[in-house]
Amino acid sequence: MPQSMRSPPSSQAARRTGNIALQVALVVIVGGIAYAAIHNAAQNLAEAHIASGFGFWNNTAGFDISQTLIDYSASTSTFGRAFWVGLLNTLLVSGIGIVIATVLGFAVGIARLSRNWLVSHLAGGYVELIRNVPLLLQLLFWYNSVLRALPLVRGSVSLPGGGLLNNRGLFLPRPEFSPGFEYVLVALLLGIAASIVLRLWARRRQDRTGEPMRIFWIAFGLIVVMPAVAFVATGAPLSFSFPTTGRFNVMGGVEILPEFAALLLALSIYTAAFIAEVVRAGILAVPHGQTEAAQALGLRPSTALRYVIVPQAMRVIVPPLTSQYLNLIKNSSLAVAIGYPDLVQVFAGSVLNLTGQAVEVVAITMAVYLFISLVTSLLMNLYGYAIAAEER
Amino acid sequence: MAATAERNYLRTAPAERLPSPAERAGMFGWLRENLFSSRGDIALTLICILFIVWAVPPLLRFFLLDAAWSGNDREACLASPQLPEPGACWAFVRVWFSYFVYGFYPLFERWRVDLFFVALAVGIGWLAWLSAPRRDLGAVYFFIVLPALSCALLSGAPRLGLIDIPTALWGGVLVTIVVATVGIVASLPLGILLALARRSELPVVKFIAVTFIEFVRGVPLITVLFMASVMLPLFVPERLSPDKLLRALIGVALFASAYMAEVVRGGLAAIPRGQYEAAQALGLPYWRMMALVILPQALRVTLPNIVNTFIGLFKDTTLVFIVGIFDFLRTIEAARADPRWATPVTSVTGYAFAALFYFICCYGMSRYARNVETRLARAHRR
Repeated sequence: MPQSMRSPPSSQAARRTGNIALQVALVVIVGGIAYAAIHNAAQNLAEAHIASGFGFWNNTAGFDISQTLIDYSASTSTFGRAFWVGLLNTLLVSGIGIVIATVLGFAVGIARLSRNWLVSHLAGGYVELIRNVPLLLQLLFWYNSVLRALPLVRGSVSLPGGGLLNNRGLFLPRPEFSPGFEYVLVALLLGIAASIVLRLWARRRQDRTGEPMRIFWIAFGLIVVMPAVAFVATGAPLSFSFPTTGRFNVMGGVEILPEFAALLLALSIYTAAFIAEVVRAGILAVPHGQTEAAQALGLRPSTALRYVIVPQAMRVIVPPLTSQYLNLIKNSSLAVAIGYPDLVQVFAGSVLNLTGQAVEVVAITMAVYLFISLVTSLLMNLYGYAIAAEER
Repeated sequence: MAATAERNYLRTAPAERLPSPAERAGMFGWLRENLFSSRGDIALTLICILFIVWAVPPLLRFFLLDAAWSGNDREACLASPQLPEPGACWAFVRVWFSYFVYGFYPLFERWRVDLFFVALAVGIGWLAWLSAPRRDLGAVYFFIVLPALSCALLSGAPRLGLIDIPTALWGGVLVTIVVATVGIVASLPLGILLALARRSELPVVKFIAVTFIEFVRGVPLITVLFMASVMLPLFVPERLSPDKLLRALIGVALFASAYMAEVVRGGLAAIPRGQYEAAQALGLPYWRMMALVILPQALRVTLPNIVNTFIGLFKDTTLVFIVGIFDFLRTIEAARADPRWATPVTSVTGYAFAALFYFICCYGMSRYARNVETRLARAHRR
């Protein structure tokens, strides 16, 4: 609000008084509303005989959760434990969803810019269709019409590689490690470390002498061949336990809940459409002169893409990309509609219903999402500073 | 002399027309350039064609050719010897159609809902048509007359002879449209106020606005709806406790206004400083400067973004489903569980119908936003 500085002193003083009065009034109004709300809440809670406070955190939960990444049992675990289970489930589905959405989104975004008419129009159709249909509808479709409509356990679809697919979920072979496998892991880690060192050395050498060095095959040998040799030498210390169908249920293997699969599919497909638009806008934001200049310098198209176009496009892409990631995390709360045990379903659903402590539970749930958002925007700002420093 | 005659060359007839480059001419040229320009390109095209051949005919068969268009119960949509794999069950949508639109709104009062739809369409048309006459009156109509009129029409005004209809009976498209409309009618003025507050020099005003906006934008809509539906009744005296729909409306309005505030702020930032200074030089006080000079320009610039926010809001209205309100999606969910229509294709048909509805609305709005954008870009270039 650019206020004029040249008005006569008396009117300036009057304005200052007015401004202070306005702010005081605002504080009084907001404070008054807050006070009335708290007063009413205390009264209503007292009438309903609900004790406020966070004492419920250590009480026994007494309800089951269908997917737990940490030890949890209905009879012994506390509400606090249930909170962590829910939070981890939220983070799990968001984390995997972000990876899939990014890969799919970049592929679709680049396909939309393809010179091939069919490819670009198919990608465009995908983006328009997915972006204009509510996520909740897509989620219900995947869950009710696709995954729940799969055959029963007895008629499970066998997947190549030993997996099973039915309306109880997706069952994959579970890897079982025997002693000796740690040598394979050590070989793999050593290979990765050696490749990084090699790459740094090759970079430095190129800076000094100008001679490029192709390290792809050496890195391939270090990361793939070396662990493979270790694997054979230690006598193949890895076996799989394959899922088998019983009469009503599946034994063995790793179980992936249909709720998890539906949520993951819906979130990644939906967010990928938005990421595709972000990527397209980012690439289009790099002026065409940059491509031409790179060609004039004699760079090959792939080199130009890697060293000229992509770094500049990333600068435009990263901020909106982060906000899409945040949207994905926030949207994962739609889990409650299909019963995937995420933070909202477990905590703002089951725990709230069992304890009746609406204020505390909703406040904690909101605080978690708020914390994730604030941390992300903090990191975003740091990235912004880092980029600004690089610019001349 | 002879030499100059040789050098001066005067064309007496038009030159032969050169053939256009073979590659670009005609349909084949277009095909070669856009589909078959290189070996990789040919491979991509073939993959796409295979995909289309694989995906499109079954979809056509399912939704059109093999679909059941009429019938009164599930018999019409079950597999039969003539049709071992039945298509979509449009008969189901036909039978349930009025439920999808009105919910349980009493049959003889549904003209009120229709009238509301017409009144809303007039308001939207008035505001969306950029060269409509008296758009200022249109704004007054949309933001003041329409809410009062709709409230009286839909929930009832005994003094006017309209009987009360509790919101528990509302449902379907009606609720979806009401939630979306309340969202936009409330969020635009609130969002403008918040945006102005956020750009204010007064620290307290700015602090309150920033806190509210960042808080709401940092949490999912579901938690805001939970807050509105579980916590709001605690915060007000018991006799004032609002009904379920109203609580959700308050949640949606607050949520949307935080997003609208950021959009309006973007518009305000796009107005050059000279405009503020010119308005001040004319001696306009703050509110008149904003109302007469800054906001008309800022809102016009940011209209495409406002429409895009509204598309998001329109899709988000489906979330009221989770706090137990019968919006359009919820009526679909309720209808598809009806045992009289229990067939393997009922759910898919219901979801396809819902998707079609949302797609037409949202795609229409995004086309409108794009048109406004090109129009604005043209106006700027001049």
